[in-house]
Amino acid sequence: MIGFSVNGKRVDLDVDPSTPLLWVIREQLGLTGTKYGCGMAQCGACTVHINGDAVRSCVAPVSRATGKLVTTIEGLSPDLSNPLQRAWLEEDVPQCGYCQSGQLMSAAVLLRGRPNPTDEDIDEAMTGNICRCGTYPRIRRAIHRAAEMVAKGGAR
Amino acid sequence: MIRRKIERRDFLKISVAASGGLLIGLQFPGISATSSAQSSSALGGSTNSFMPNAFVRIGTDERVTVIVNHSEMGQGVYTSLPMLLADELDADWTKVGLEPAPVDPKYNHPAFGIQMTGGSSSVYSGLQQFREAGAAARAMLIAAAAQQWNVSATDCRTESGAVLNGSRRLTYGQLASAAAKLTPPEHVQLKDPKDFRLIGKPIKRLDTPEKLNGGAVFGIDVKLPGMLTAVIARPPIFGATMKSFDDTRARSMPGVKKIVAIPAGVAVIADTFWQAKTARDALRLEWDEGSMQNFSTSEMMHQFRERAKSPGTSVRKDGDAEGALARAAKKVEAVYEVPYLSHLMMEPLNCAVDLRADSCEVWTGSQFQTIDRANAAKIAGLPPEKVQLHTTFLGGGFGRRANPQSDFVVEAVYVAKAAGAPVKVIWTREDDMQGGWYRPAFLHAIEGGLDASGNAVSWRSRLVGQSIMAGTPFAAAMMKGKGYDPASVEGVDDLPYEIPNLTVESHQAEIGVPVQWLRSVGHSHTAFATECFMDELAGAAGKDPYQFRRALLQKHPRHLGVLDLVAQKAGWDKPLPKGMGRGIAVHFAFESYSAHVAEVSVEDGNVRVHRMVCAIDCGQYVNPGIIAAQTEGGAIFGASAALYQELTFEKGRLQQTNFNSFPVMRMNECPQIETYIVDNHEKSGGIGEPGVPCAAPAIANAIFAVTGKRIRKLPIRMSEAV
Repeated sequence: MIGFSVNGKRVDLDVDPSTPLLWVIREQLGLTGTKYGCGMAQCGACTVHINGDAVRSCVAPVSRATGKLVTTIEGLSPDLSNPLQRAWLEEDVPQCGYCQSGQLMSAAVLLRGRPNPTDEDIDEAMTGNICRCGTYPRIRRAIHRAAEMVAKGGAR
Repeated sequence: MIRRKIERRDFLKISVAASGGLLIGLQFPGISATSSAQSSSALGGSTNSFMPNAFVRIGTDERVTVIVNHSEMGQGVYTSLPMLLADELDADWTKVGLEPAPVDPKYNHPAFGIQMTGGSSSVYSGLQQFREAGAAARAMLIAAAAQQWNVSATDCRTESGAVLNGSRRLTYGQLASAAAKLTPPEHVQLKDPKDFRLIGKPIKRLDTPEKLNGGAVFGIDVKLPGMLTAVIARPPIFGATMKSFDDTRARSMPGVKKIVAIPAGVAVIADTFWQAKTARDALRLEWDEGSMQNFSTSEMMHQFRERAKSPGTSVRKDGDAEGALARAAKKVEAVYEVPYLSHLMMEPLNCAVDLRADSCEVWTGSQFQTIDRANAAKIAGLPPEKVQLHTTFLGGGFGRRANPQSDFVVEAVYVAKAAGAPVKVIWTREDDMQGGWYRPAFLHAIEGGLDASGNAVSWRSRLVGQSIMAGTPFAAAMMKGKGYDPASVEGVDDLPYEIPNLTVESHQAEIGVPVQWLRSVGHSHTAFATECFMDELAGAAGKDPYQFRRALLQKHPRHLGVLDLVAQKAGWDKPLPKGMGRGIAVHFAFESYSAHVAEVSVEDGNVRVHRMVCAIDCGQYVNPGIIAAQTEGGAIFGASAALYQELTFEKGRLQQTNFNSFPVMRMNECPQIETYIVDNHEKSGGIGEPGVPCAAPAIANAIFAVTGKRIRKLPIRMSEAV
């Protein structure tokens, strides 16, 4: 049995410990907001947080989550109140939307460490997340906008 | 079935993208685009709603549900099509939602005659349809209110989801039951564009919230009770066939339910994806490698170059290009090459199937509903009416999910037959990239002639590449009497420049690599070749590339419009910092005009695109926010191909497997992009694809401006520049 917390809820699973966390989240836990894109930490669509760090769940064995706190897109905020989600709405960021869970989860880690990120900070934090539709310009604007919201105390 | 007269020019443009439907007598063997509804009852049904036509339902709860017959793959149709309807309906936009349409002839594409999404045509082909549907509903709601108040309909007006007469007001929800008893009008009056409340405004997308919390359901997310997951081991070489397989080890692995040979390969069916994939890795497979086992793309391009030395099938012949070339004061020759490309949607292909004795349900992100349902029905051994196809969100499409053979659907039905339970087939990224149906590789050999004053007097384009249409149900209609594939030459067959002697010839290559339309189709390579060559001609004439184009586009005001706009916004005449170069390109595709200026630097052989300025003229536009997004996204898509992407074969095997060998532009490489939309009331054009073609030539021309080296091969490598 492997036990960890997902979005604040304790789970204990009988699962092969070498199974990538991604597939456990999607198939055993039914949280399909976290996406499969490449299976080799190339595209970032599967990004989740383990104890607050951005992790590519497609290459992280589920055993790595043992006893830890996992947050998926479903746990970012239940009601789109997270400043990143609000900024994404205001900038109308998604196109197909498939990569956006991973983009948001990477951006959340960036903002926690750098509440007022520069464009270079954004490049560094977001370059592991591919968007085939090409929403990068809007993602960049939305991250800056979310940072402003936090600075003004408009959220959280 | 709606039949509408389409002008020849439109018709050609539309049909190149993906067919011509009943209008040109398109024949799908064994497939009827008019077989009846699969689940109409699921749509209308409720006594608590008013459904005046196939496209809208208004509930007594005030909710307006628009039924959308095109697939949402990022291009925004789940917002722009509802906007069209809601504007004419005078709906309260905050009450408007949508539903994907089931497969039904009612939802066929007005021009193509099948239910599908492609050719950047959803909005401009649906413009009339969705507006009329909204206007008809509005007229019935007014009639219901007028009846209730005992006044004339002409004394009533509508506003934000309600009918008004003086101080009296009834909401659409209050009127829904009464309106449902009325007969739909035969003729409706559409709004004057000056009265639009939604059309033309940057309305936020309806599908954004669910794409920010994990709620949006893509095909890969479909969950069914008792569902199994399958992966398929497919041949390593196109045309290879299974000789034998040993599944002794795989069969005994955890979760594995069944391993079975199907036409596509060997399917491993298990409880979960990871179990299926792990067991597939344990299969021992022996293939008969077939006739492609020695295929190599470098050898193929060599053969293309040789073939371009002889005349091809005539596509266009104005004047006497050969004679004028021979007499030209200056001659310019260039050969351009582009590689096979993968669509590489972020969501790899997948398809879920629940097959029962007398029914079949399919869930997938389809761009080709009529064809996919019919092909699924054939394999299931059921009439199409017994197959329900549910269109999920598409995690990107770019043409790949409009497969004439329904490859990813057909194999899933075969798997379902073996599984004996609901099953979802998932392609790994490697499966998706190696599974074929690529943008074909092409070679363009172009010769141009200038007179003594530097005027272009002659142009001869010879293209060599595989046909997309050949061998598909579209071939008969599309290629009849032509001897060439219009999808190969689109964008050069209608080259707008005033050059008196102009010849276009096509060589069709027969190669066993499955090819398909990829975002902007033929334009993805014709714009690169023609717009780079225009720069070479301008250079040989000693003229500014922008002014050189201007002079030859005097009879094409809309080309000129985007060209001037992009030059002005980019500051074409203003000097750039040292080490930076600027390139320009203009192109017409999918009924829209597009121009780009790229600003580029090259350092140690590394190309960096700093800024792209894009102008788009798509006529009367619907949602400028979505148009800007598509134009930016198109530029990035085109730049990715130009800078990084290439599929190559050695010994019949594709050399690329994942994002590390077939890169996509990333955040740190993405230039600053500006989009300017031409404001006019011309006939609407497409926006999903027109942003792509100009990116590669604008970047290549900018590289010349800064380095003096010509790019004649994609992806761009400075070591290959001449």
